Amino acid sequence: MADYRPQSPATPEEDWTTIIRPRTGWFDIDLAELWRYRDLTLMFVKRNFTVLYKQTVLGPAWIILNPLITTVLFNVVFGGLAGLSTDGSPSFLFYMAGNTVWTFFSSCINNTANTFVANSQVFGKVYFPRLTTPISQALTSLINFFIQFIMYALFWVGFALTGAEMHLTPWLIALPLVIVEVMLLGLGVGIIVSSLTTKYRDLAIAVGFGVQLWMYISPVVYPLSSLSESPRLRALMMLNPMTAPIEVFRMATLGTGTVSVGGLAYSVVFTLAALALGTILFSRIEKTFMDTV
Amino acid sequence: MAQANEKRPVIQVSGLKKQYKLGQIGGGTLTHDLQSWWARVRGKEDPNTVIGTDSRLFGQTFMALNGVDLTVYQGEALGIIGRNGAGKSTLLKILSRITAPTEGEIRLRGRVASMLEVGTGFNNEMTGRENIYMNGAILGMTKAEVDAKLDQIIEFSECGEFIDTPVKRYSSGMFVKLAFAVAAHLDSEIMVMDEVLAVGDMKFQQKCLGKMSDVAGQEGRTVLYVSHNMSTIRQLCTRCVVLDKGKVIFDGDVEQAIAVYMETTDVNVVHYDLTHVSRMTGSAGKRLRLETLDFLDKESSVFEDKEKVRVRITWRVAEPFSGVNMKLNLHFRDSTPVGITHPVDLGPAVPGKLYTTDFTFDPSLLGEGQYFFYIDVFDGSLAQAVCLDKPVTEFAFEVTNADLSMPEWAAGWGRIHFPPVQVLDTTAEG
Repeated sequence: MADYRPQSPATPEEDWTTIIRPRTGWFDIDLAELWRYRDLTLMFVKRNFTVLYKQTVLGPAWIILNPLITTVLFNVVFGGLAGLSTDGSPSFLFYMAGNTVWTFFSSCINNTANTFVANSQVFGKVYFPRLTTPISQALTSLINFFIQFIMYALFWVGFALTGAEMHLTPWLIALPLVIVEVMLLGLGVGIIVSSLTTKYRDLAIAVGFGVQLWMYISPVVYPLSSLSESPRLRALMMLNPMTAPIEVFRMATLGTGTVSVGGLAYSVVFTLAALALGTILFSRIEKTFMDTV
Repeated sequence: MAQANEKRPVIQVSGLKKQYKLGQIGGGTLTHDLQSWWARVRGKEDPNTVIGTDSRLFGQTFMALNGVDLTVYQGEALGIIGRNGAGKSTLLKILSRITAPTEGEIRLRGRVASMLEVGTGFNNEMTGRENIYMNGAILGMTKAEVDAKLDQIIEFSECGEFIDTPVKRYSSGMFVKLAFAVAAHLDSEIMVMDEVLAVGDMKFQQKCLGKMSDVAGQEGRTVLYVSHNMSTIRQLCTRCVVLDKGKVIFDGDVEQAIAVYMETTDVNVVHYDLTHVSRMTGSAGKRLRLETLDFLDKESSVFEDKEKVRVRITWRVAEPFSGVNMKLNLHFRDSTPVGITHPVDLGPAVPGKLYTTDFTFDPSLLGEGQYFFYIDVFDGSLAQAVCLDKPVTEFAFEVTNADLSMPEWAAGWGRIHFPPVQVLDTTAEG
């Protein structure tokens, strides 16, 4: 039961719990409230899994089948046919590393990009902090990532036992930071797109395609070092905030890659900026979105 | 009503306004926006203007709420009544924070649990129990709070034996029961309900009303209840507000409020735009959509009982139909159902065309008074009807008596004015 104490001597002005006003201000997200709804966020995560794998034959096995098939494909096409360099590390692990990080990032974007449109029914009928939806999607992707990471670790051990040329480096310490960063970058870009798709539906189509293109300007199927001959292309690559995380991931686990603290710092700053912009746009849109569907 | 805490305001609405833009609803595509912009730059006509749209309305604004002031005290069960478009739903939407006001503000003490539609956020694949947690969380409860109330919720919902079955196997009645049970057992200080009791059987409806009265009277929570059903308003509410054209026109005693509501009338409206009106069910208006309804050749929808009501509707379909049925659901102005018309087939339809149907309706059986009808277009027979479209709009009309030998229609006469009996024979004996 709610607790109804007699009115305290405080002036009535002070004990209102909520004030609903026209949308004002640029940064109008109530983080305390978002935290209060953490149970809902977790439940959304659970629901995302339930809904995704109900009535599928292989169920959650898809989480590891997907990257496994992609890795084999990359290995054949880019490693075998195109003969791209893998910085000297085992090509299978090289592609799996790139693909694991990239899948994590792209699923964060793709699953949050349609937040408003996909949830318009529920958003139109009941209030809860709207950010819980994209955050739950990002967390779902994070869990998938962990499962794929364990698979990667198992393959890594397998390759290590056969004496493949690779080694762990102190960059491992940076790995948790990089993983969180990738998630936040995906979330940031995703909520920017989701806010814009409320006005421009064609963005929803463009985003899937755009993310695919983005992969090819990220060092997923080739190492950054393969561009060392053309410094201009390389400088361009460094502008891509996903370059550093992927290279750091490979450096940490395979001992090859082109990494620098500066590059990683740039990537982190970019992420924070995208997240801030996304949150601002999102909070503007969420208050009046229901008037425009 | 509990008066223990004197009169402690829990909701304070001041100067609340909500403006909607007409004609600019819906998301465009980037290319269209660029085209329109380019056309404007060159001073040409916008290629994306929909032909036939009323350009006077385009870009105009509409005040759904036009300065509402209202204070609600703890433990009150406040009824909100008004005609369609009076602003009830908008007020509830702002209160539930689904949309933001344009001007003014609302101050609240405590959490708001709103039920603007039954079972919002229910996921078909999940079981009843999982949905209780989910719905509780959406309405702002933590997992521990739901745990503490779980048994009560299940008991109230009468769904005990099916609680671990996915809700997609539930009947619509069970769905309502479960959804209401969750909302009613929330520890929220303010409970907002919009027409949710329209579904579900009478027995459960009574149980819900009883629960809501308890919530307000004994538990000291505050209930806001919107309904077109005056008898539930009478039963539940301790105070009632009448909204008309976005303003509060009466605030106080329930019986007086109902009387004031009766006075507000829609009979001066003869044209209805249904494109953006909400529908009775979630699936209605998707496969077939009514766009407009007009009372033909009239300046107000007042008819003599010998006169035929002539109506024109326009509609479109999203898929081919070999035939669709239409009926009218007639109600007296206090929402008492009066009857339905026999279904008629509107004929085959294909997508891409705008259909116009003119029909007449004979009101001669109706006693003097104000009525409204809902229009219901459905697929299949009446017994197995699949609703295609049913806007929530009440099309109001008034029937006046042309027969001057009849006195004013008396309250106890019901609504139907049958033709006189046929006297076969009168004989005299003795």
